[in-house]
Formats: sequence, structure tokens, C-alpha cells
Amino acid sequence: MSTLVVVHNPPAKTGVPPSLIKRSINPWLMPALGIGLAATVVFSAGIGAVRVSPYEIGLIISKSLGYTVDVDPAKEAILLAIRLPRVCLAVLIGAGLALSGAAIQGLFRNPLADPGLIGISSGASLAAVMMIVLEVSVFQKLTGLLGMHALSVVAFLGACATAFLVYRMARMAGKDVITTMLLTGIAINALSGALTGIMTYLATDEQLRNITFWSLGSLGGASWTSVLAILPFMAIALVGIPRLAKSLNLLALGESQASLLGVNLKRIKRQVIVFSTMAVGTSVAVAGIIGFIGLVIPHLIRMGAGSDHRRVLTGSALGGAIVLTLADSLSRTLVAPAELPIGILTALVGTPVFLWILFRERRRNLS
Amino acid sequence: MLEVRNLSYQIRGRKLLNEVSFCAKPGELLAVVGANGAGKSTLLKLCTGELKSTTGAISLHGRGIETYSEKELASFRAVLPQQNSVIFPFLVSELVLMGRYPHFDFHPSEHDYLVAGLALKKVGMWEFASRVFTTLSGGEQQRVQLARVLAQIWDTSAGLLFLDEPTTGLDLLHQHQLLEIAREFTQKGFCVVAILHDLNLAAQYADQIVMLRSGRIEAIGSPHEVITVGNIQRVFNLSVWLVNHPELACPMIVPQQHQFSEHN
Repeated sequence: MSTLVVVHNPPAKTGVPPSLIKRSINPWLMPALGIGLAATVVFSAGIGAVRVSPYEIGLIISKSLGYTVDVDPAKEAILLAIRLPRVCLAVLIGAGLALSGAAIQGLFRNPLADPGLIGISSGASLAAVMMIVLEVSVFQKLTGLLGMHALSVVAFLGACATAFLVYRMARMAGKDVITTMLLTGIAINALSGALTGIMTYLATDEQLRNITFWSLGSLGGASWTSVLAILPFMAIALVGIPRLAKSLNLLALGESQASLLGVNLKRIKRQVIVFSTMAVGTSVAVAGIIGFIGLVIPHLIRMGAGSDHRRVLTGSALGGAIVLTLADSLSRTLVAPAELPIGILTALVGTPVFLWILFRERRRNLS
Repeated sequence: MLEVRNLSYQIRGRKLLNEVSFCAKPGELLAVVGANGAGKSTLLKLCTGELKSTTGAISLHGRGIETYSEKELASFRAVLPQQNSVIFPFLVSELVLMGRYPHFDFHPSEHDYLVAGLALKKVGMWEFASRVFTTLSGGEQQRVQLARVLAQIWDTSAGLLFLDEPTTGLDLLHQHQLLEIAREFTQKGFCVVAILHDLNLAAQYADQIVMLRSGRIEAIGSPHEVITVGNIQRVFNLSVWLVNHPELACPMIVPQQHQFSEHN
């Protein structure tokens, strides 16, 4: 129809070399993170009042697998009963926190969101603190019924209740669910802070110790039972969240484009919130509030691996595991024989990193 | 094929669309024009399935839109958004590949990469493939978004392409290039529906024009039937001259002088 001179490329019949478009940002990042995690685990399991060399760790593990080798029984006991469960717990919690942080940032389309900001962790901690302080019969019955799982279950339910409440309230407010959810989360955080304050006021000395543990975070209570208690929840989240990577990528285009490309918005929102609540709720249940991992790790991974959630999610899980395991090694060796609550450590290191990211992004937006 | 019958849409007692009917056949570029607030975007959102109509029916390829699943729709219907607010610094190539997401489960096939590459070449943004999307200019971003949308329905035989004010932010050359590309796809059997603000662009490229005025169709038909002095006066409240395009058999509008200084 038109004789207008339009400059556009002739339709390419020959195939475009797919390698050009396929090129991922850093092909070595994932393998490096995997190897880094393995090295961190070995390092962390070896460090402490009694040093266990990587070679000895190998021997002890092969002994517990049924081989007949000669090992130091004291080191064997320390490694198997104290170090390894603690390292496993750090790996699981670090991975869970960072992974749900990445997923929540994707869902909220806000790189500064984290599970703590929308109140999941403070809700879990409030529930746990209430259970410690208020010796209500419901809680006692629950302890009789579930034993060592009771506190985890209560903390988890607290996390679920808060997440649900924040989500419902945000929906009630109408159009911009996501922004309202952040603001509601801040309000709920303040409320549970106040309620936790009341509990602290009512608590006995013994209970106070426990409460401090919840609000500052510590992996000191690690045992194989606590590892097994959170394992199913973490496993579901660690398997479930990476499967949402494609949908989270599409959400970056905006909610309406995501739904036009076949994403079921309601389902993805529910899934991210449920999985994150599982991961964060159970981690608060066994280790208290550990901040900044869920916020900072995904950012660091994005800097190296780009924005594709298929890399960001896996990378965050690995990165979170590495960082929390290292932080835990520090927390138990820095002021040995005492222990630094790990939440203090992550906040001390996390805050400057967070500010650095913030200013870096500001500067980039200005230029 | 897109068929709209007696479509009305009402929100909080306000009728945004009132008994709208039209039909866009395969191989046709249909332009929707009208003043701000005439209901163009609402109409588009209803046709893409983003909104559900109050009354009336929309059928795509002879089947009611409500009978398709989101996934089915995504395989042949693509929408170029008016606003783009991409969060996170995705690469241009990653963004275009997102258009292929409805076609693979977790790992894109060679074919998906190929299509993404061809779509980028089509809009002339191939050199930008490894750039970060959020650092591009508005017009460049719009062209990358077009490539993404084209990649989505690239190898469909009867695709439906919706363009919501697609020329926003584009320079003169790329405005025409975009509509040329849209026309090229209609020749493959696509049906293209575009909301356009520039009546001259609509007159030059559209096969059929729907002119909306406060939720009703004021005029519908070929550019010659719709782009008239009377229609434009009624719909836009603007007096214009019509001149003939020097080469093409389509009308062009030129606004009259001094119409705002006088009262009436």
C-alpha cells in the first residue's frame, strides 16, 4: 500500500546465532556459589574451640556412614552432635530466608521489600514470645500434643496469621495492593513490637532469656531434632519457590502484562506468600529473628547474575546459605567462649551493605 | 478474528461503554480513535480479557473470550502496553525472551531464542540485545516491548495483536516503522487493533476505523468514511481541513487556524 521510504531490516532468513542472545551474564557464578557453599560448610564445621581438619571431617563422616576408620571419639562427638546440626540449620535457614526475600521482592515489584518488612517475622516472633510467657492451657495442651514441634508450629501459625492479616487488609484498601501491603506491614510490625514489649514486661527472668533469644536470633539451640523439625517446611519452600521463577520474571513487566502472558496472578501471590511464610515462619521458630539476609543477599546476587529469577532465586538460596553459615561461625568464635546473637551480627554487617546498595542505585538513577 | 457485539461496560453506575459492536477480520488493521475518556482503553481491556464486560459478547476466532484459559489466550493474543514500568534491570534479550514464556515450560528451545532474535531485528534493536533495558530511552524501550509482543505471537497463523497508543514516545521514523510492521503482520493473517491518537496515522495505515465518543461508536468504516470534517468536529470539538495525501488515497487532516481565540 505504502511507497513511503521506511528503513527497516530485511526479514532475516538465515538463523540468528542463538549464542548471542543466550549469553548469560556470568556462567561461573552458580558453580562458584556451589563450591563456595561446600567450602563454607567444611570450614564452619571445623572451626571452634576444638579444630577439626577437613580430612578428619571426611573420616568422621565416612565412619558414620559405616566404614571402619580410626577417629578421635571426642572430635567425632563434637562434630556429629554439635557442629553438623548447627551448620545444617544455618544452611537451611540462610537459604530459606534469602530465597523468600528474593521471591517477595519479585512479587512486590519492589527491590527493597523483605519478609521482615511485611510483618511475617515479627508475627512469628510475637506468637513464640506469647507462648513462652503466657502459660495458657491451649499452649500447654499443644506442647503435650506436639512436643518439641509445638513452639515451631505456634511461631509458624503466628507468621501465617500476620501474612494473611496484612494481605487481607491490603486488599480491602483497594487498588494498589502491593504498596498498601508494605505500609500495613510496617503498622503490624509496630503493633507486634508493642505486644512483644508487654510480654517482656510480664516475663520472669528465665522467660526473658528466652525472649532475648527470639528477638536477636541465635542458632545456639541447634540439634538434629530442630533440623528435622524445619526440614519439611524448608524443603517445600526451597523446591516450590524456584518453580515460580518464570512468573516472577513476568511480574517485572507489571501485573497486567504478566496476566496477559498467562500468569495466574491470584495463584502466584498466594504461592509466594505461603512458601515465604513457611520458610520465614519456621526459621524464626527455631532461630529467632535474623534480619537483612532476605533483603541484602538477593541484591548482591542480582549484581552478579542479572535479574532473571531463574538465576536470582537459586543464587540467593546458595548465597544465603553461605552468608548465614559464615555469620554463625563468626558469632560463636568472635567472643568465645560466649556467643554473639547472630541477628546482631547480620544487622551490623547488613546495614552498611544495604545503605551502599541504596546509594548506588540512587546514583545510577540520577546519571 | 475479533467480533464485538453490543458491548457495554459499567463501573459504579457510570457507563464507560454503551452498545459497542464491530468486527475485525483477519488481515485487517483496525484503529480505535476518539477523544480522551471516550472509552478506548476500556474497550481494549475488554477485548484482551483484562476486564470482564457487563453485557454483550466478545468472540475471538468464533469462540467467546470467556471460554479461553489465560494460557490459551497468551498463545495467540499479545498486547503492547501503553505504560511500561519494568522493575529490575533485565537485559533487552531477556525481556524479549519473556514473550516466548507461554511457549515453553522452564528452558527455552533453540526456536524460542531464534524468534526472540528475529523479533529484535525486526524492530531494529538487535544491537541493543545485551544492554540493560532500564537504561534505554523511552522510545527504545517501547521498541523492545514491541519486539517482545511480536515474539509472543511470532509463529501463530492467526494472531491477535493489540496496540495501546503504540506510538507514544517514538520519533517520526519509528512511528511509521511500527505501523509498517503491524501491517506486515496483518498480511500474515493477523488481526491488529490499535488505539491511535494521530488521525493521520490512522487514516494512512488502518483498514477500518472505529471512532468513539463518550462510550458510543460515533462512526465506523474505512478511513474515507470516518475521517470527515463533521465527525472530527463532533468527536474532538476541533475544526479541521481535509487534504488529500499526495501519494496515497487517504485523507489527511490539518487543524484550522485561530479556532481557540474566538468564543465559539
